[in-house]
Amino acid sequence: MKYVSEFRSPEIVDALLKEIHETVRGRWNIMEVCGGQTHSLVKNGILNLLPEGIQMIHGPGCPVCVTPVNLIDKAVHLAMDRNVILCSFGDMIRVPGSSMSLLEAKSKGGDVRILYSPLEAVKIARENPGREVVFFAVGFETTAPANALSVVHAAREGVRNYSILTSHVLVPPAMEAIMSDEDCRVDAFLGAGHVCAIMGMREYFPLVEKYKIPIVITGFEPVDLLEGILMSVKQLEKKEYRLENQYTRVVEMEGNKNAIAVIDRIFTVTDREWRGIGNIPLSGYAIKEAYRLYDTNDRFHIEIEEAHEDPTCLSGEVMKGKIKPNQCPNFGTKCTPVKPLGAPMVSSEGACAAYYHFHLAGEPVETVQ
Amino acid sequence: MCLAIPGKIKSIELLYGGAVKMAKVSFGGIIKEASLEMLPTAAVGDYVLVHVGVAISKVNEEEAHKVFGYLKEAGELDELYDTTI
Repeated sequence: MKYVSEFRSPEIVDALLKEIHETVRGRWNIMEVCGGQTHSLVKNGILNLLPEGIQMIHGPGCPVCVTPVNLIDKAVHLAMDRNVILCSFGDMIRVPGSSMSLLEAKSKGGDVRILYSPLEAVKIARENPGREVVFFAVGFETTAPANALSVVHAAREGVRNYSILTSHVLVPPAMEAIMSDEDCRVDAFLGAGHVCAIMGMREYFPLVEKYKIPIVITGFEPVDLLEGILMSVKQLEKKEYRLENQYTRVVEMEGNKNAIAVIDRIFTVTDREWRGIGNIPLSGYAIKEAYRLYDTNDRFHIEIEEAHEDPTCLSGEVMKGKIKPNQCPNFGTKCTPVKPLGAPMVSSEGACAAYYHFHLAGEPVETVQ
Repeated sequence: MCLAIPGKIKSIELLYGGAVKMAKVSFGGIIKEASLEMLPTAAVGDYVLVHVGVAISKVNEEEAHKVFGYLKEAGELDELYDTTI
């Protein structure tokens, strides 16, 4: 497939690995922010091919994983309402809430529908005027334009039985939270390529300056990741710190102006709770006053008990990059994709799921230096 | 969540009197619909990145070709894969 195959070419991967091995002298910790990048690193065996001096630390770039438990409980509560059609992205439905997941709610009779796109949910609302349609709008900035666009479509078409339950999170504040943690050992970041395709690159300059840390905006294929790692290592070895763009075929400095405009039209930045991490200021989106009609929180008054999660789940430590999934005592034993303790084991971008599915349970563990 | 792969625009349909552009995008032969509202200048034949039903970016052909530079440096001259899809 064009623009995919080239970036999976074994010859180019070998050439890049050779150059990485020849360039690295010191010991460096590089964090890839996005869960999709983590999956690609694990799935393509890149973690085992990098020289010993490079440790990849897996970041919190999994919006499903960081959705707070009480939002899942709200979604479950809505799903059990006979009048509601609860629509969601696929990998959200297995994540455990306080008492059950959306999949379990579905098995108990809740009308839960897995959709590829929020735009489909508006269609369902139009076709079911007598029922309320709620879309569980989870994501980073990459998904925000689509979620915002669904509200625009509903407004334009006069669809009044549609609302979104927002669980949006932002990358730069998460990187700031990681860097300001005193235990932080991250030397460089691979920035989230598709987030930057939307938002552009400018918001990362202040992070580079404040923490004197290289940030390389990187794609998702093996060639992209290795090129991003090589660019980071070159900076680190020369003691430089700059914002660079590896993913030039997709990312431009100013991002996608239309996407930014639609996000700005519907959403406002707000403080947000990150599951496993805590409150990060100004790290999420909420729906603007003008569009409250489409805000599930405004439309439904949901009374639920206080959320709780399994105290033995170490997903917070995994998502902050402090431990690897296979360093968690529950990995593969008490916690599996079929019976997860937390979110990273079931999300398509969760680090625990990546390690589990690609059989890293038995691999020797490298501790973060 | 941030997963998106490039596909080729095969056809474009205008809805709501031209306000909304919907494209049929081919991913190696599998056709999916995507909104082009975020990329109003996208045309048939363009390669776009689609995420949850919305095209978010065009793929820049010139930038994409730079990857082959690694092969020239390494002295490899062979064709890689069939890139005609």
